[in-house]
Amino acid sequence: MKGRVGDESTGSWTAAARRQLERRLPWENLLPDRQPFYVGSWVYVFGVVTIAALVWVVLSGVVLAAFGPQWWHLSSVGRFFNSLHFWSVQVFFVFMVLHLWGQYFMASWREGRAPTWMIGVVTFAISIVAAFTGYLSQQNFDAQYIAMNAKDAVNSTGVGWFFNVLNFGQMYGLHVMLLPIAIIALVFLHIVQVRMKGVVPPIGHGAKPAVRWDLRKK
Amino acid sequence: MISERSAGQASQQGVRTIPYDLLKEIAIAMVASLVVILALAIFLSSPDVPSVTIQSWAQADPVDFTTTANDELAGQSVTANYGPPYNHGTGSVQSIGPFSPQSWAGVHANVDQPHDFVINPLKRAASNDTQLGGVIKTYEAASADQQGKWHDAYATALKDATVANGAVTVANGDYGPVPVMLAVLVQLAQAGALDGLLLSSDHFYQTDYTKPLLFINDGGYVSGIAHDQHLTGNQWGMMNETGLYPGQTWLWLYTLWYQIPPFNQVSYGDLLVVLVMALLTLLLVLVPFIPGLRDIPRWIPVYRLIWRRFYAETKRTSA
Repeated sequence: MKGRVGDESTGSWTAAARRQLERRLPWENLLPDRQPFYVGSWVYVFGVVTIAALVWVVLSGVVLAAFGPQWWHLSSVGRFFNSLHFWSVQVFFVFMVLHLWGQYFMASWREGRAPTWMIGVVTFAISIVAAFTGYLSQQNFDAQYIAMNAKDAVNSTGVGWFFNVLNFGQMYGLHVMLLPIAIIALVFLHIVQVRMKGVVPPIGHGAKPAVRWDLRKK
Repeated sequence: MISERSAGQASQQGVRTIPYDLLKEIAIAMVASLVVILALAIFLSSPDVPSVTIQSWAQADPVDFTTTANDELAGQSVTANYGPPYNHGTGSVQSIGPFSPQSWAGVHANVDQPHDFVINPLKRAASNDTQLGGVIKTYEAASADQQGKWHDAYATALKDATVANGAVTVANGDYGPVPVMLAVLVQLAQAGALDGLLLSSDHFYQTDYTKPLLFINDGGYVSGIAHDQHLTGNQWGMMNETGLYPGQTWLWLYTLWYQIPPFNQVSYGDLLVVLVMALLTLLLVLVPFIPGLRDIPRWIPVYRLIWRRFYAETKRTSA
């Protein structure tokens, strides 16, 4: 292979990816120990609590899935874990909606943060579908009645041939595997975007956010 | 959250920064949210109203069950006339002018309700019952016109039916073999056998409840329970749960449309609501690029409350 000793990594995809990652997401952005002083409102807590609740949603859901969909109907311990799952979902949505409205009124898409906003809204939409399949997977009267009524809306769009809300197996599979993977992946991307771009400055602030990546760009 | 009181003085590009511990914030959020979730789970538990089975339906309301089964045979149930994806009916097909994705998708989960819900289960039950087998043969040998007359007469008689020991009795009339067939079906259902017969196909393991749910949905029994649990459409049921528990409250806007015209007055209300919600979701995704929508935060200065310390400091500095 040609090339000087100092240029050994030239042409290496791995080295290029590492350099790009180091440039766009340095450690002080990924795990910051300082923030601009205006990051001092309870609004900033909503996103963190949403993620915390998502962790409890996933962990309680893993336990429920491990023991099977019938378990929580037959066991008091199962019922307790179902309750943890049920209420963590409620907390997750309460704080996600608060986070959404908070970020809207902060116009948080400013200065190159539109992808962060868009990923967040898509995550919200997919979370609604995930919760919907969860309600369909309860195997109780609520699940039955939701399925009976939701089928008309789903069928009206023409997707009923694939997305059959009366098919417990399909809804359960989507709920415990595909949709959680999608949400976790999107939340990861959302967080990476936030860490890359930095916290949005106040409206009318004028200055660029204090993140290393922005300094380097100049 | 960061306390400005504890802020160290440092500056990057003209912006004062303060100490911040991301991991500590996440840890506190994890613990705090767990405490709240644990408290809710321990003190409020979670809802679990048992599902309706074909058995519980036939035991609780054999007349409604028999009427529904008669409608299935007569081709007069909701499922019988539904349309895609279950059959080629048109009763539940929703279209806006030529826009009809439900029709375009076609039939993919074929449901032959007279056979799937009534005749095939009866035939399996009749494998050791020659008398029942003969009754079914009589029914199948009759013309469609004759079958229709039997069903119409029996449907009328069922309105004044009485129930004794779980059996349905109607006034004498010309109903052909229908009352005998449906009496056996009621017995099968009350014994719990029909739940299995409706679910089974050629496979041992089953997870698809399309047929039993469609059958139950055709009856009136389940909607009565749903009304008592405030789950029906005009009760904002989509965002409710059984009992007093919160349901999918995040569907409040989706549910709202079903309460107001034209959504609750047109035959294509579901399709219209889904399209409106899809459009609104798309607008929400694209807010950063839509003039007007992206400017509302500037017009309604909630941000001045969120960043009040920043603006106060800016004012002090400039003064």
